[in-house]
Amino acid sequence: MSTLLVQEKQVVIPGDVLAEGMEFLPGKGARRENDNVIATRVGIVSPNGHVIHIIPLSGGYSPRANDVVIGEIKDMSYSSWFVDIGYPYEASLSLKEASSEFIERGASLSDYFSIGDIVLIKVINVTKEGNIDLTMRTPELRKLRGGKIVTVASPKIPRVVGKLGSMITLIKEKTGCHIFAGQNGRVWIQGPSPAAEKLATEAIMLIDKKAHVSGLTAIVSSFLEKSKKE
Amino acid sequence: MKYTKRFDGRKFDELRPIQARVGVVKNAMGSAEFKIGKTHAIAAVYGPRELFPKFLQLSDRALLRCHYNMMAFSGSGERVRPGPSRRSKEISMVTEKALEPVVNLGEFPRAVVDVYVELIQTDAGTRCAGICAAALALADAGFEMKDLVAAISCGVVGDQPVVDLNKEEEDYEDGAVDIPIAVMPHTGQVTLLQLDGEIDPEHLRKALDMGKKACEQIADAQRAALRAKYTEE
Repeated sequence: MSTLLVQEKQVVIPGDVLAEGMEFLPGKGARRENDNVIATRVGIVSPNGHVIHIIPLSGGYSPRANDVVIGEIKDMSYSSWFVDIGYPYEASLSLKEASSEFIERGASLSDYFSIGDIVLIKVINVTKEGNIDLTMRTPELRKLRGGKIVTVASPKIPRVVGKLGSMITLIKEKTGCHIFAGQNGRVWIQGPSPAAEKLATEAIMLIDKKAHVSGLTAIVSSFLEKSKKE
Repeated sequence: MKYTKRFDGRKFDELRPIQARVGVVKNAMGSAEFKIGKTHAIAAVYGPRELFPKFLQLSDRALLRCHYNMMAFSGSGERVRPGPSRRSKEISMVTEKALEPVVNLGEFPRAVVDVYVELIQTDAGTRCAGICAAALALADAGFEMKDLVAAISCGVVGDQPVVDLNKEEEDYEDGAVDIPIAVMPHTGQVTLLQLDGEIDPEHLRKALDMGKKACEQIADAQRAALRAKYTEE
């Protein structure tokens, strides 16, 4: 007889027994030991039929194709740029993927991107060895000028964005800031005033702190209302 | 001389009061503090990040690099001089060995994971407190882990097997044997076992049994602390 020992959305830690019996399968963040399925990460239980996944609550960013992230240009060579995207391995932006316009032979690459530039950039491919290819050839991707960057744990980005972007839209409307949330946990904020930027930052830090709480949109909404009045 | 009553009045299999907290160093990827009696350890995890110089890189996994250190003001100033030494080098190494079996380092080839363990106050059992804190910090940092690691010192004072020796007992005049042991609480597998001194097999077995039992209690405290960080409102 197989039994599920945890509830959906329950917080589990490494070593917790999630289910007994062979009917259940370990998904992401879980493993099998004899007859049991055991958690290997701190996270929230998310069963999908008989497969039990753990959605991590902490940890670094691991890139996947089509992720839009915020990166910093770290270095350049004769045909590519190297970008820090908050992952232990270098990500490269090749000449071909750098711009939708034609780059002339002999053009100065630093006219396009130079070291220290902050970019909103997309992952197109992740190899097994951890090499990452990036692209800028999509309309929404661009250099980010000015503003500030707040870093949260990357597993919490879905909470920052909210369902269909509800959370991020709320913060944008209430503070009047431009906000981009990169999948790698970096959030770029640019506002009409330092006070607005500060308020948006505080809202995002609040989400970072309370990411596991349900009804978060209401909490953030009341926080923004209260702070605005003061 | 028989050791019939412990210096601090504990039972022979009783631990000192334990206090654990996760997320104490905000800058780190993961962090934790672990207090047992007067021994107080703080661990912080940074990484995975690129490892330089390159020749240190491991092609199939990340390097787990532990740095154990007793702070300059931490001890009683009697035996161990705090700071970098042959002793702290060795303890850094055994801490690495104790934690490596549970952490999936294969996720990050060629990278490094730095674990800093600082002892603020010491009263024996520092490597064990350090390992307990480091295991929590690694879990907090979001690493894939088979299990936590719980560690405790057990041993023999006089001719009495005891668990969780304090400094006074370690320095017992008729001789004491100190056995630090680290256990994966879920499976009971041992990841660290050291022994200083002479001990007969019967005492050794008895002490290890007590140590393993104590590790379960420690694991409970660790789990509660880890859960507390992620469930608090």
